[in-house]
Amino acid sequence: MGEKLFTFSGGIHPPHFKKQTEKLTLENAELPKMVTIPLQQHIGAPCQPVVAVGDLVKVGQVIGRAEAFVSAPIHSSVSGSVKKIGKFQAPGGATTCVVIEADGEDAWDESVQPTKDWLQADAKDLLRIVKEAGITGMGGASFPTHVKLSPPKDKPIDVVILNGAECEPYLTADHRLMLEMPEKVVTGLKIMMRILGVTTGYIGIENNKMDAVAAMQRAVADEPGIEVRVMQVKYPQGDEKRLINATTGRVVPAGALPMEVGAVVSNVGTAAAIATAVVEGKPVVERIVTITGSAVEVPKNLVVRIGTQFSEVIEQCGGYKGTPSKLLMGGPMMGLAQYTDQVPVIKGTSGILILSEEDARLPEPSACIRCGKCVDACPIHLLPLFISRYSLNGDYEAAEKYRAMDCIECGSCSFVCPAKRPLVEAIRLSKREIIAKRRKS
Amino acid sequence: MKNKLIASSSPHIRSKETTSSVMRDVLIALAPAALAGIYFFGFGAVKIYLLAIISAVATEYIIQKYILKTTVTIGDLSAVVTAVLLSMTLPVTAPWWIPVIGAAFAIGIVKQAFGGIGSNFMNPALAARAFMVASWPVIMTGSWVTPGVDAVSTATPLGLIKEGGGFGALSEAGVNLTDLLIGNVAGCLGETSALLLILGGLYLLWKNVISWRIPVAYIGTVGVLYLITGAATSEILVQLAAGGLMLGAFFMATDYVSSPVTPKGRIIFGIGCGVLTFVIRKFGGYPEGVLYSILLMNVVSPLIDRYTTPKVFGEVKQA
Repeated sequence: MGEKLFTFSGGIHPPHFKKQTEKLTLENAELPKMVTIPLQQHIGAPCQPVVAVGDLVKVGQVIGRAEAFVSAPIHSSVSGSVKKIGKFQAPGGATTCVVIEADGEDAWDESVQPTKDWLQADAKDLLRIVKEAGITGMGGASFPTHVKLSPPKDKPIDVVILNGAECEPYLTADHRLMLEMPEKVVTGLKIMMRILGVTTGYIGIENNKMDAVAAMQRAVADEPGIEVRVMQVKYPQGDEKRLINATTGRVVPAGALPMEVGAVVSNVGTAAAIATAVVEGKPVVERIVTITGSAVEVPKNLVVRIGTQFSEVIEQCGGYKGTPSKLLMGGPMMGLAQYTDQVPVIKGTSGILILSEEDARLPEPSACIRCGKCVDACPIHLLPLFISRYSLNGDYEAAEKYRAMDCIECGSCSFVCPAKRPLVEAIRLSKREIIAKRRKS
Repeated sequence: MKNKLIASSSPHIRSKETTSSVMRDVLIALAPAALAGIYFFGFGAVKIYLLAIISAVATEYIIQKYILKTTVTIGDLSAVVTAVLLSMTLPVTAPWWIPVIGAAFAIGIVKQAFGGIGSNFMNPALAARAFMVASWPVIMTGSWVTPGVDAVSTATPLGLIKEGGGFGALSEAGVNLTDLLIGNVAGCLGETSALLLILGGLYLLWKNVISWRIPVAYIGTVGVLYLITGAATSEILVQLAAGGLMLGAFFMATDYVSSPVTPKGRIIFGIGCGVLTFVIRKFGGYPEGVLYSILLMNVVSPLIDRYTTPKVFGEVKQA
């Protein structure tokens, strides 16, 4: 097949590590007996609890809400009674959580009602459903989806792009979703296109998932305007701006949002969540999680209720294999290291990666040999070796001059560095310092 | 969960490539040309390689362990690479102390005195050669022999052209292009076989150790300049194959530490080396210009980097 492969400049080729789980069918995790649901699982304003200790709640019932536009309501993922409301450890740090003990009935809330004939529904009504369902970017960034679907009038959108790249090593959640529920993904895309009033939709998938490409191509065969774009396997292909560049050739200006070039990008998981919300009326109460890595007994792709503790999920995968040394939420390139497994699965938990000591050990850094491999790898065309050097010397002004703030923290530079230097780690430090300084002034 | 989990910042995986694996690849790439040197010039070449390597590694070890009292990094193989590169620029007639002093100077003065690996502003092997050419010119450039057991005194091909009054001097001396490609000519230990040096260069390109930019810009510039100054095809080929151009373009100019890191900067660096080499060979007093071209460009590398900072993805044009 001489089909054109879409791609971007820069980037790296880390090992895939997907063999462990890419062939494993999605399974439903056991219903949790107790859930800890954080009231902030998204970028934006945290929700306030709208239930009290002792209240009885049902699946899909709103338990947290915020007035702010950039926020997303939180729903109960079980039916049962509210036991505690307070600060508990979550993947992103301690935050206010609602602890609910499940009654085992799994009774759904009355508010959960399917939308009849959504194809004819008003765009405004569809947008409201997305907002009420608490849908946020399921790829891991967790930006409230209704905000993306409400662009200002002066920014016309003409294309919706679904992100099926799943460029993080190890993760196979999106892969399995596209393979097993392609229609759901397409339905979600069509709803987004209807809300935005656009007629073009792309689904970008890397060419290490040709079975998912085939499944999605079958699903869009009768959908005029929707096209699957096969992309070269390269990290970070799943980054929003890389994806737009690869699928459409458009370049989002530095510091601007995708809407600047008429594009809205969403993860395939987000599209599926939209379809579930509109067609079945169900808000986000569960998600697909890939549980994998060298220190878990039986790797799996599980559909897990939000609020289930990592430890319980890992237990259902046969527990730890040997001694775990690192526990990550997400993939190995951008995943968030956890210091305990007593944290809940949240809307942005695409994977739980458990590494053995051997895999977790990072090599000792040595002197920079100026090989320039970080320069070639940087998808933003930055000079990571210089920015990190300035940052480590405390010269954040110079780091800013070398455009530290444009760094997307994909980690490609640190990955390729033969001297094993903490490049993105140092750049991250300078970004934090620069932001702190801007706030002060 | 009884054990402790490591909670570090992402990314959590690293590529397998290390500084020492890069240096090992460079040594592998240099091996064919180095072995050819041993084949053509005999056991004397082995002696020079060994003495240089021992001297370089020992110098690095002693300085790091006893003077700087810091981590000893001889395991990264960079000192060995410097020693081999330096040996390849020495004549087989050099006395035993030449590789010893040269390697010690390269590591002690050019590399460690400026902060060790990654901080030297010149290629250590080349700077050491320049130091020795200035100190012992007769040993370094005045005593060439023909390859083989019945070695007789002669001049290098480029020397013949310079001293003998032009390109015709080559054929009079019985030197042809095939000899130049294989390495069956007078010259330094490792620079005579253009073909094997190109092979090594291709290996480095294939292994992604070096980028194509510097060697292509360098060799291309030399070729183009001879072409536009009216040289015949055969002379251009001789100019490219002779002397240290291939060794310099693939292995010396691409030295990470002393060359630019930006894509555009590497092209400029290569062109600069090419222009200087051409000018020195054509108009200068020396028959060969690779050494000083690269050293001069080394010095301006930081400047080149500063003025060729790549445009950030999506950078908005300043209104």
